[in-house]
Amino acid sequence: MSGVISSSLARKFVMALSGLFLVIFLVLHVTINLASVISPEFFNEASHFMGYNPIVQYAMQPILILGVIVHFVMGFVLEYQNRAARGVSYAKYQGSANAPWVSRNMIYSGLVVLAFLGLHFYDFWVHEMVYKYVEAKPEDPTRYYAETVEKFAPFWRTVLYVVSFVLLSLHLWHGFQSSFQSMGVNNKYTSGIKTFTKLFAVLVPLAFAFIAVYHHLNPITH
Amino acid sequence: MKLFLKIWRQKNASTKGKMMEYTLEGIESDMSFLEMLDVLNEDLIARGEEPVEFDHDCREGICGTCSLMINGRPHGPDSRITVCQLHMRSFNDGDTIVIEPWRAKAFPVIKDLIVDRTAFDRIQQAGGYISVNTSGRPVDANAIPIEKDAADASFNAATCIGCGACVAACKNASAMLFTSAKVSQFALLPQGQVEAADRVLNMVRQMDLEGFGNCTNTGACEVECPKGISLENIARMNREYLAASVKG
Repeated sequence: MSGVISSSLARKFVMALSGLFLVIFLVLHVTINLASVISPEFFNEASHFMGYNPIVQYAMQPILILGVIVHFVMGFVLEYQNRAARGVSYAKYQGSANAPWVSRNMIYSGLVVLAFLGLHFYDFWVHEMVYKYVEAKPEDPTRYYAETVEKFAPFWRTVLYVVSFVLLSLHLWHGFQSSFQSMGVNNKYTSGIKTFTKLFAVLVPLAFAFIAVYHHLNPITH
Repeated sequence: MKLFLKIWRQKNASTKGKMMEYTLEGIESDMSFLEMLDVLNEDLIARGEEPVEFDHDCREGICGTCSLMINGRPHGPDSRITVCQLHMRSFNDGDTIVIEPWRAKAFPVIKDLIVDRTAFDRIQQAGGYISVNTSGRPVDANAIPIEKDAADASFNAATCIGCGACVAACKNASAMLFTSAKVSQFALLPQGQVEAADRVLNMVRQMDLEGFGNCTNTGACEVECPKGISLENIARMNREYLAASVKG
C-alpha cells in the first residue's frame, strides 16, 4: 500500500479502478431493484439469493466493502494532498472559467454519497446482519419485498434517498468518464465514453430515485 | 483608461505578502498588459516607491517567462496566449484587475509576482532527454522514418513552453500537463524508446517529490495552456507509467 500511496499516478489508478468497480456494482444493484417494481416474486428470489449465496456473502460482499473503503479513503488522501499542494490560496480564482462544477466538487458529491451509504447500510445491511446473526431468525425467501416497501413509507427517508441520488448523478457525471483518462484511455472512443457516461449518470440514479418514490407512493395495504 | 489594480506585494520568500491597491490613469487600449505594468512601475519609481517585480522576457509568447494570475485566470481572460500577448483592449475603463503570482507549494514566491519555477527544470532533468552519442558520425535524426501523425503529436507536445499556467489553473496545483508533454514528446518518437520506461518513472517521481498535487481530470490545465497542450498527453503518460511499472 505504501507504494500505491507514494505515486500520484498510482493513486489515480486506484481511484479509477475502485470507481469503475463500484459502477459495475451499481448496474447489478439497480437491475435487482427494478425487479421490485416489476415483479415482487422475482425481487424476493433475487434478494434471497444475494443474501444467502456463500459466494455473494463471503467473497463478493467483502470485496465490495473493500472497494468502497479504498475509494473514499483514497479520495480523502487525494483531497488532503491537493489542498496542501496549493499552499497559499488565490485572492481571486475563477475555477468556473476552465472546469465544470462537477469536476471541481467531487469531494462534496462524494461526501454526500458516503453519508448516504451510512444510512443505506443502516437501513438494509445492518438490518440483514441483525436478522441473520443476532436474532438468528430462519430463512424466509418471501420477506424482502414487504420489508423494502416499508422502508420507503417515511417521507423523510424517501427525500434523503432522492437527494443522494442527485449527488450520485453529479459524482458519476465526472467520475465515470474520468476514470478512463486516469487509466490512460484517451482516443477515438473517448467521445463515446463521455456520451455513455452522461446517459449512465442520469439514467441509473433516476431509476434508483424512481424506485424509492414508487414504493413511497404505493405502500402495501394490509 | 482608468484602472484599479490589486497587486500581490511580497518583499522576499521569507516575508509575508499582501495585496496592495493602485490607481492608474491614461492607459491606452493598444498597450500590452506588461506595458501597463511598466507604466505603473515608472509612476512608482518617480514617487520613490519600490516597483512591482514581475517575470517577462521575449514578449512575443514563446519563452514562457511571464506568469501572472489575472482576475483569477492564468495569463488573463483571453485563451491561447501568454500575458505578454494580452492587450488592454481586453479590459474596460474603470475595471478592477487583481494580479497575483502562480500559487503552488512547488512554486514559492521569490518577490512580488515572481515565483521560483526551477521545479520544472528538475522534472525535465530527471528524464526529459534522449542520450545521443555526439562524437564521430551521429545518425541524422531526419534519416529515421517517422509516421506523420506521431511526428505531429510529438511536435505539439514539444510546443509546451513550461510557463506553469497548468499548475496555476489546476485546483490541485498539479503539474501533470507539463510533465506529460515532456514525456510525450519523446515517447512518440523512435529515438525516445530506449529510455522510455526510466524516463516516465523518474519524471513522475520528481514531479511528486516537488510537491505538486494529484490530477483529478478537471481539464482546467488544457483550457488555460497558452499552447493548447492536450489532455491526451496525460493519458499517454498514464499508459507509459503503467507499462513501465509492470515491466519493473
